[in-house]
Parts: sequence; structure tokens; C-alpha cells
Amino acid sequence: MQDALFYIFAFLTLVFGFLVIANPFSRNPVTSAMFLVLAIVALAGLFVLLHAFFLAAVQVLVYAGAVMVLFLFVIMLLDLKAEERRKIKVLGIVGGLVSVGAILAIFLSSLLNAPLGAAESPVLDGSTDRLGKLLFTEYLLPFEIVSVLLLVAMVGVVLLSKKDLK
Amino acid sequence: MTVGLEHYLVVSALLFALGLIGVIVRRNLLIIYMSLELMLNAANLALVAFSRFTNNLDGQVFVFFTITVAAAEVAVGLALIVALYRKRQTTHVEDLTTMKL
Repeated sequence: MQDALFYIFAFLTLVFGFLVIANPFSRNPVTSAMFLVLAIVALAGLFVLLHAFFLAAVQVLVYAGAVMVLFLFVIMLLDLKAEERRKIKVLGIVGGLVSVGAILAIFLSSLLNAPLGAAESPVLDGSTDRLGKLLFTEYLLPFEIVSVLLLVAMVGVVLLSKKDLK
Repeated sequence: MTVGLEHYLVVSALLFALGLIGVIVRRNLLIIYMSLELMLNAANLALVAFSRFTNNLDGQVFVFFTITVAAAEVAVGLALIVALYRKRQTTHVEDLTTMKL
């Protein structure tokens, strides 16, 4: 049952991911953004299969919720009619596919030759209380630094969005 | 054959490759940004899979930080894109060649 679910979610993630970058029906960024939402939700399914329940929830809330709303806002602010008329250069596609194929070959060959060891029965699950305990004891300093980072990002965005950017 | 660490890592590698293709081939800044998100998510999947199969929660904490940093990065990046669009009226990377020699 779990194996079947893994294959279903993995397939959905990859198909939706492909539709984000190369949709045969529409070049509109809005459809790409919608497929990115679907890919992220399918990925959250994979997280659940890995017993990372908290991260699955965060994935849906932060990515599919906040980040994608931001994306859609910006897409609708900009006038992107011109994009659909653009041609994609064949040379770019060929070069891109060759280089990415080479990188993927390196990934997969190193992965299949790596001594990953026999998978012992995993007992851990990423429930909220265990993750929270770890976050507020061992990882307290990075946690605080991330809060400062978010503040810096917020100030930066406010500054960048001012009308007369100097 | 039961699903193990390798399966998740293969999915992660494929998703990363998809994102990289998007960054290289597509010429729209917003699509390039979405492809970056795909690559970040692929890395997250690999981290969670390692965390699960080595019985160590540290990987999941790392993914938590990655998601936070990605959210901050998206906010700043989209603000930059909007500022750029105000100045140049385009989000197409081939129109943005001011720094090209």
C-alpha cells in the first residue's frame, strides 16, 4: 500500500514539475504557478510517506499557501502578454538538455554506486513535539538567526518596493 | 521490492534536473524563479529521506530552515523583479543585457 502510494506521489510530483517548466498547452506563467502548487502538494504527500508530518503541513502552508500567493500577486501585477509570443531558441534547449543530462548522469551513477547500506527499519517520525524540542534546544541559535533573517528580508522588500528607488 | 532510500533519492535527483532544465531553457524571470523553487524542494526531499532512513531528526530541522530561507528569498526576489519591471518593462532575461560586454 505504502509502496503504491510512493509511486503515485512520485509520478505526480515529476509530471507536475515537468508541466511547470514546459507546458505544451500554454506559456502563461499563471498555469506554471498552478502546476507548481500541485507539485508541492504531491511532494507533501511524499513527506507524509516519510513520516515527516510537521514538514508536510509546513510545506502546504508556507509553499502552497504563502509563497505561491506571492507569486500570483506579482504575476498579476506585471503585464506578461509578450511572453507568450517569444520563441525558445533551439540551441538553448539542446545545450540545456545536454548539460542537465550530464549532471543527472553523475547524480544517478554516484547514487547507484553509493554504499547506502541495508535500510534498517526506520522508527523515527517527525512529529511536531519532537521537532519542536529539537528546534528549541539544540537548534535555538539558528532559529533566532532565521528570525533576524526574516526581519532583514521584510525590511529589504519594503525598501525595494518604494516608488522612487534610489 | 520495497521502497527504500534509493527510490526517494532518484525522485529527488529527477526533480532537481527538471528545475535545472527550467532555469537553463526558460527565459522568463518568473518561470526561472519557480524552477529554483523546484530545485529547493528536490533538495528538501533528499534531506527528509536521509533523515528518515538514518533515524536522525536533524535533517528535518534543516529542511525547516531551508523552507524559511526560501520564503525570505522569494519575497526579496519578487520585489527585485517588480522593481526591475518598473524600470525596464520586461521580465525577459534576453532584454536585460546591460552588463553584457
